[in-house]
Amino acid sequence: MLRIFERVGAGALRGINLLGDTGLFLIESVAYCFVPPYRPRKIVEQIHFIGFKSLFVIVLTAAFTGMVLSIQGIHTLRKFGSEGLIGTVVALSLIRELGPVLSALMVIGRAGSAMTAEIGILRISGVIMALDAMAIEPKKFLVSPRLVGSVVAVPLLTAIFVVVGIVGGGVVAVGLLGVNAAEYTGRMVQSVVFADIAGGFFKSFAFAILIGWVCTWKGYNTQRGAKGVGNATTSAVVAASVIVLVSDYILTSVLL
Amino acid sequence: MSEILPGSAPIGLQSIPVPDAPPIIRLVGVETALLGRQILDGVNLDIPPRQITVIIGLSGAGKSVILRHMIGLTRPDRGQVLVDGVDINLLSRKGLYAIRDRFGVMFQTGALFESMTVFDNVAFPLREKTKMGEGEIREKVDRVLALVGLPDNGGKYPDELSGGMVRRIALARAIVTDPEIIFFDEPTTGLDPIIRNSILKLLCDTWREFSFTMVMVSHDIPEIFNWCHNLVVVRAGKIAAAGPTASILALEDPFVQQLVTGDFAGPVSLL
Repeated sequence: MLRIFERVGAGALRGINLLGDTGLFLIESVAYCFVPPYRPRKIVEQIHFIGFKSLFVIVLTAAFTGMVLSIQGIHTLRKFGSEGLIGTVVALSLIRELGPVLSALMVIGRAGSAMTAEIGILRISGVIMALDAMAIEPKKFLVSPRLVGSVVAVPLLTAIFVVVGIVGGGVVAVGLLGVNAAEYTGRMVQSVVFADIAGGFFKSFAFAILIGWVCTWKGYNTQRGAKGVGNATTSAVVAASVIVLVSDYILTSVLL
Repeated sequence: MSEILPGSAPIGLQSIPVPDAPPIIRLVGVETALLGRQILDGVNLDIPPRQITVIIGLSGAGKSVILRHMIGLTRPDRGQVLVDGVDINLLSRKGLYAIRDRFGVMFQTGALFESMTVFDNVAFPLREKTKMGEGEIREKVDRVLALVGLPDNGGKYPDELSGGMVRRIALARAIVTDPEIIFFDEPTTGLDPIIRNSILKLLCDTWREFSFTMVMVSHDIPEIFNWCHNLVVVRAGKIAAAGPTASILALEDPFVQQLVTGDFAGPVSLL
């Protein structure tokens, strides 16, 4: 019986330690964003890597998500004679939920995994220790630019996702399923309010921080060689994806 | 306290007079445990300035840990690490980094950025730590690359170079900022004897040119005895002996004799 309590206690302590470590890691990394030297070149490199290089996958995913939403939406709405609302359904689904969440998941898979692997390799090859020995703060050099890059790129990618998704949905609804184009856009404009857009933007901003945080933390704490890098990368993708989905539920509950 | 006594002439460096000055780095009663194992157990050590000091010992004896304490990468559980009389473990991050600005460090594997060219790797500390212009940086990096014998390799990437070349690039990066103290953690491990001796000669030549304080962890026995002023012998987290190379080699201590001769018979028996 005592052993059970011991194990539970040890687990709880580990959890509290982890929370403290990860929390301090984020606070330090964010604080270093405001301490010179600012290294704008590195930030631009990260925006390019996380943002521009994810464009193709984001556009592709967004187009097909919008198209599927249209087909599914019309199929359901027809049962109630409300096909005209398809523009509203597609737009609100994308702006409030699918845009921020799917963009975040795509960024985790493409850029977040690379962030973890890159920092992990620097850790196991001794470069992080060498940076520290050279009096270059590793978190400032490696983590802060990636956090800023993520915070700039992810909301922009989400905006692109939403626009492409709405266009994709429109192409299917208007071009293939016979919905009136004016009705598709008109209803959408009527029903989408600023709060929807602000909520979606807020979510994507929060997801951006979470992605940067989890993926850099996992890379920064990589151990045990090449296998460790593989494990860290897998665990970063899984943890970041789960955290994004859980936090999406929490944010949706708060925002609605 | 085991002390290195400056002043005597080491083998191979007889022509170079060594200054008689107070220690630049001093470890006082340093104790460190890791995962329940005592790694360093009351280490007292003085490192004299502008000399080459080499730390030797069996694998796992705590040599690299001593080096990491001197750089401030590891904090002791007890004791002090003094650099010019300042306990670096009491300093803030900023204060510690100010001390480290005086250091150059060359790690066992080189620890180079694989995604950067040789030139960018060597230029890295200058770009990050100084306000030098690109022209000035180019001039300095070219000069240092020539010094380490790799003048035409600036455009290559580390994975295009041999192990010996990578170490020389790491040396170039360590000295490019003109540091006062340079630490080397097994700079020649895994290299063939000719390259190993070339690197050791290069380190010595570099020292002759810049006269910095050099602290090196090495397994290159007996070659290393030709290239250092002082020897520190570490055994199971303690300093077994420390002093001018010639006097350490002359010690009759069985462990020291076994280590410097590499004899399998002696107080340390692995068979």
